[in-house]
Amino acid sequence: MNDSTALYDIPGPRTLRRHRLYGVISALAILALIGWILYLLFDTGQFAAEKWSPFEYKGIQELLLRGLGNTLKAFAYAAVLSLVLGSVLACGRLSDHRPVRWTATLLVEFFRAMPVLVMIFFIFVALKVQPLPALVAGLTLYNGSVLAEVFRAGVNSVDRGQREAAYALGMRKTQVMTHVLAPQAVRAMLPAIISQLVVALKDTSLGYLITYEEFLHAGKLIASNLDYSLPFIPVVMVISPIYIGMCMLLSWFATWVARRQRRNPKTEAVDIAPAEPGTLLPGDPTATGRK
Amino acid sequence: MDVLTDNFSLYAEGFLGTVQLTFFSSLLALALGFLMAAFRVAPVASLRAIGTTWVTVLRNTPLTLLFFAVLLGLPRFGLVLPFAVFAVIALGCYTSAFICEALRSGINTVPTGQGEAARSLGMNFGQTLSFVVLPQAFRTVIPPIGSTLIALAKNSAIAGAFSVTELLGTYKTLSELGYNIVWTFVWIAVGYLIITLSISALFNVLEKRYGVAR
Repeated sequence: MNDSTALYDIPGPRTLRRHRLYGVISALAILALIGWILYLLFDTGQFAAEKWSPFEYKGIQELLLRGLGNTLKAFAYAAVLSLVLGSVLACGRLSDHRPVRWTATLLVEFFRAMPVLVMIFFIFVALKVQPLPALVAGLTLYNGSVLAEVFRAGVNSVDRGQREAAYALGMRKTQVMTHVLAPQAVRAMLPAIISQLVVALKDTSLGYLITYEEFLHAGKLIASNLDYSLPFIPVVMVISPIYIGMCMLLSWFATWVARRQRRNPKTEAVDIAPAEPGTLLPGDPTATGRK
Repeated sequence: MDVLTDNFSLYAEGFLGTVQLTFFSSLLALALGFLMAAFRVAPVASLRAIGTTWVTVLRNTPLTLLFFAVLLGLPRFGLVLPFAVFAVIALGCYTSAFICEALRSGINTVPTGQGEAARSLGMNFGQTLSFVVLPQAFRTVIPPIGSTLIALAKNSAIAGAFSVTELLGTYKTLSELGYNIVWTFVWIAVGYLIITLSISALFNVLEKRYGVAR
């Protein structure tokens, strides 16, 4: 990583020594910060056995697990539905019929510009829907529109020659899309799709604000329990690693897929192939610049 | 329509709240994001580790959880501030992770040869950074920073649910007053559209002025 940046040369022995010194100093500073936080935690008695005792009870463990299950349930519904909505809207945006294209564009732009929370509250308060469907609907509308843009960019990134060749073979519009363009687009866009699903997973926590009984809500119930002297910090310390861990796993999956694709000869072929015929074609500079 | 005209001051208050929240959080996010980006490209391994941890953790934290932890958790340590300040801290820290990534990838787009040429002309580190690398990075960084700040403006809606004065929170008062709930939300939506569209317009101007086609 060091030798690929424009910022500095590969350090010599004296610079290396200085860098090591900086490293030790900053590591010490961080350790001091961590120590201070630990001191604060101990000082305010966050590790008192009384505050951690609720986690021993079966009922409370079940409450947490049920919350986690509800979070995952909302995520699963939202993920599947937003993939469906995304493909429908992407089809609309790529349509040859102008009214369809305009409607899809309007919908996509509107739902992308709105805060998810406003949509969720609108569905929950104004349309008087139950919390789970409201949460899922809000997440679906937002993530579906973002995914529609991802899909559209993916389809457009497939080399023009692929589409032309497919039409030349006598395929219909739908066939070209389903047999030629979509498979290549999905392969190129898979990392972006998974990253968007991470956003959906993170946003399921918005269900907490509309009293959907998800993970955070379960935590809040335990934290506001007077019997255990309000174990708020312990609850946060239990909940956040699980929540963040789930999102991290999914993010890592996305980067793993992306890395794997970079090595994949199939996608590499897609990347490299257009360069040669592209330069031979007169005009259309965009054809060569595509990935 | 009369929902807006009857309660214009309430809406204006909420709108200003959202604008303030967005503005101060963007300042915090830009400053923190710049610092973390500097850490992430630093030659010192432990600074890089700090930057990477900061970004990985915050990017994978649900914002509601962060709000929950900051707004309800920090007071347990005796740190008592207005909720709006806590909201700015939560939003700013969360967004700084995304700003950091945008800045870092901007710095990485500057070709190595640029830095090498600058150094071979005898420029020192500060000069290389301020005359050669950062101006070029700045140009490529405008659009991603713009979309991050738009996302920040939209995320500020969560603060309303934690009893900070902002646009989305106005619906509660209005529905208690018995106004038509659909129209209430229409005007809230219009407010958010105004904010996000003006940020995007601002960044379009910046991009037209400074951006380069690569």
